[in-house]
Amino acid sequence: MIWLLLFFEFFKIGLFALGGGLVTIPFLFDLSAKYGWFSSQELFDMIAISESSPGPIGVNMATYVGFKILGIWGGIVATAGLILPSVIIVIIVAKVLEKYRQSNTFANLMYSIHPAAIAMILYAGIELGKMVLISPMLIGIGIIFWGAIHFIKLHPIVYIVLGGIVGVVLKL
Amino acid sequence: MIFKLFRAFFKIGLFMFGGGSAIIPLLQAELVERKKWLNEKEIMDYYSIGQCTPGIIAVNVSTFTGYKLGGIKGAVASTLGVIMPSLIIIIMIASLINLFLDNQYVMHAFTGIRIAVVALIADVVLSMGRKNIKDRYQFAIFAAVVILMLALSISPVWVICGAGALGLILRRGKTV
Repeated sequence: MIWLLLFFEFFKIGLFALGGGLVTIPFLFDLSAKYGWFSSQELFDMIAISESSPGPIGVNMATYVGFKILGIWGGIVATAGLILPSVIIVIIVAKVLEKYRQSNTFANLMYSIHPAAIAMILYAGIELGKMVLISPMLIGIGIIFWGAIHFIKLHPIVYIVLGGIVGVVLKL
Repeated sequence: MIFKLFRAFFKIGLFMFGGGSAIIPLLQAELVERKKWLNEKEIMDYYSIGQCTPGIIAVNVSTFTGYKLGGIKGAVASTLGVIMPSLIIIIMIASLINLFLDNQYVMHAFTGIRIAVVALIADVVLSMGRKNIKDRYQFAIFAAVVILMLALSISPVWVICGAGALGLILRRGKTV
């Protein structure tokens, strides 16, 4: 049963996560709260590792979560669930392409889905922030990191590595 | 062609770091410059379609490109190719990491990494918000969803469905 549940939950994420890999984070929060398959601390580390390993972040996270719950086959089942809606929908869309791109209905849907998706990423960020930014010093480091990310704009992996170094040096 | 597609996309998955748009330079290097299967404009077209279909953008773009080059079999081969490095590498990392998580230095490192992750997410919200939230209705939807999620933690599926329905009602009869 748990195999089917895992597949179904990730199929749902693949179907409803519009707007890229990070939109999967609020869905994973939901999974953690609903089934207790992993803690939100563990989710944190999974995000960090998924961002700094090769491959699309969303796929990395699905593999990681699935592996965490049910081992290697769990990783494969979760990833299969995640990508199946994409494959089906993209193949259908490829056939009716021009109509889809110019449709008003589609643009009107995305008009409000985009802000909602960004809001959900912010929500996930707030929940994660509450877990780690627990002292004025850590908040300060967070702000310095954000400034560096925003104004220097190097690849995310650079900041993740830097975060690791800062953590070791300052014994956070 | 099917095997060639698998191999090309395997390479793309292996060298891609990060979210959706990270795939563009790799598609250009591999499919436009090396293999000459596509041109630049086609890549941007496929990317914009991948962005507005549900699911992971990089997977969508791979499926779409594979379909254009090799039909349904090509779509499946490209998709499997792009996700295969993730499966292998993540499973390897995930099985090894438990051995190190109790180490004191690793714990310090992960605290620092978590701070960096929160800062990265904050910046994604800011840059996506600037691009996609353009009027007060959109801002109202954004604010309402943040408050709803924090207060009630409703399922993201309902948020997406609700927001989609709201968009259709708010923009009824309007053209792009």
